[in-house]
Amino acid sequence: MATICLPLYYAFVAATLPLDEVLVTPMSLVPGTRLADNVMAALAQGNFGRQLFNSAVMATGITVGKLAVSILSAYAITYFRFPFRNAAFWAIFLTLMVPIEVRIVPTYAIAANVLGPFQSLMALVGLDASPGFDLVMKAKWSLLDSYLGLTLPLIASATATFLFRQFFLTVPDELLEAARLDGASPRQFFTDILWPMSRTNVVALAVIVFIYSWNQYLWPLLITTDNDMTTAVVGMSRLLPGGFSESETRWNVVMASALLVMLPPVTVVLALQRWFVKGLVDTDR
Amino acid sequence: MKIKRVHFDRFTGTAVLLLVPQLAVLAIFVLLPAVEALVQAFLISDPFGQRSHFVWFENFTTVLTSPQYHNSILRTLIFTVSTTTLSMVAGLIFALLVDHMRRGKAAYRMLVIWPYAVAPVVAGALWLFLFDPIYGTLAFMLNHGWGVKWNPLLNGTHAMALIVIAAAWKQVSYNFVFFLAGLQGIPKSLIEASAIDGAGPVRRFATIIWPLLSPVTFFLLVLNIVYAFFDTFGIVHSLTRGGPTGATDILVYKVFADGFLAHDLGSSSAQSVILMMAVVALTVFQFRYVERRVTYAS
Repeated sequence: MATICLPLYYAFVAATLPLDEVLVTPMSLVPGTRLADNVMAALAQGNFGRQLFNSAVMATGITVGKLAVSILSAYAITYFRFPFRNAAFWAIFLTLMVPIEVRIVPTYAIAANVLGPFQSLMALVGLDASPGFDLVMKAKWSLLDSYLGLTLPLIASATATFLFRQFFLTVPDELLEAARLDGASPRQFFTDILWPMSRTNVVALAVIVFIYSWNQYLWPLLITTDNDMTTAVVGMSRLLPGGFSESETRWNVVMASALLVMLPPVTVVLALQRWFVKGLVDTDR
Repeated sequence: MKIKRVHFDRFTGTAVLLLVPQLAVLAIFVLLPAVEALVQAFLISDPFGQRSHFVWFENFTTVLTSPQYHNSILRTLIFTVSTTTLSMVAGLIFALLVDHMRRGKAAYRMLVIWPYAVAPVVAGALWLFLFDPIYGTLAFMLNHGWGVKWNPLLNGTHAMALIVIAAAWKQVSYNFVFFLAGLQGIPKSLIEASAIDGAGPVRRFATIIWPLLSPVTFFLLVLNIVYAFFDTFGIVHSLTRGGPTGATDILVYKVFADGFLAHDLGSSSAQSVILMMAVVALTVFQFRYVERRVTYAS
């Protein structure tokens, strides 16, 4: 148990000491009085306050976006019969197998110019030379250094769709039968019956997705070049030795930043522990 | 695929509207890139990126015969086996301890769970501080207590140990949650019966608890391998950058380094495709296993 908490305790103590006391080895185990100073220094360093805000925007955006997109598509594939339903299902299922770490280079290329694939397609069918199309061919829609770029590619995942689908399959059929006898439309059935029943699942999943989004590293690292647009996790990693900082590592400030970065997700997990455990156990089934 | 017995069938428009957002983001940001990687893997671009030509499997043969890639596979295996073993054993021990507690269960559970919420990079930073060769307290103890000249910047074994510790520490919470759920699912009457028959704690663990936990263990094994393969990029990138001299150059880091730092798109895409096949294999394995788990339960 001590091993688990040791790094946190040391980070905390380091964040409360002045730099010269942190650099004494072995470091003192008694917290000092400089916590506020170090936190202020961390916030002032390299737009860290702004980056925390960006992290919050990104994590909230991904959580809300992913859950909304997923619950709607799950509703469609479990409760509606329509042409190409199976095709839609398998298209979603296939994407489960490609984590972003694996397809990182081409995903980046698309984010750099979302219109790119469309333009190559036009070039392929020989439309690029025809008059009137040159504007379309030169147009560029880049997601680099934008909130849309930080969130959209990470919203694209099918895991949540499958969890909602599994949950919907356990909902008794009689509910829809009754609702339809009463003349409910698809929208009414969803808002009045299905949504209230799904709320626990939504919260559980939201906790997991929020942590996952807040802690993203590789994608924000690539998609942002501007220090003002990157996330707190990336910003903190730039303070580490061997990273991009030229000067001596100010460990007390680094540890204060580390505490700030982990505060939101850790608070969410500890405050919503019950839902978190449920979400975790559900997600991987 | 399965549909509800009772369903809407004259609402094709509505269904399509509900599906469009999901299909659009998946098509643009997942399917297209995956296809793109697949295409690139069979192409070689000239150094200026202007033209590319089709080369069949040349990128794959280059990747699969390069000593750097062999090194990367070996490092990934060492990293995965060590991280998985360490975090699963620790998770199981904590779960057993907490399961046996009479009081303060909730508090201890909290203490073990919180690292799950810590970003891999931040976990790396915390351990880097403890193991900093000049200022780190644990490095100091290693130097003075055991005479180990600790330096992860120069010594490959030390660098590997550092990323294994950081990665395993973060994953312990996850294993703990599942092992604890597994332990709480074991009927107490079984354990009491064997205790009455005179089996000690070790014997009870070996003959009852461990076999009954085996579904959870198998499941966690797959999940931990996936974690070590794909979710540890941040730890490697922020702590060692694959170094020193390739000692921590695991596969998921190499895809990134070859594609973005060396600009070798063909090789990087071929590696992406190889990794995708690994994910598919693991997913299929997991699905077959999940079915088996269902039969366990019934």
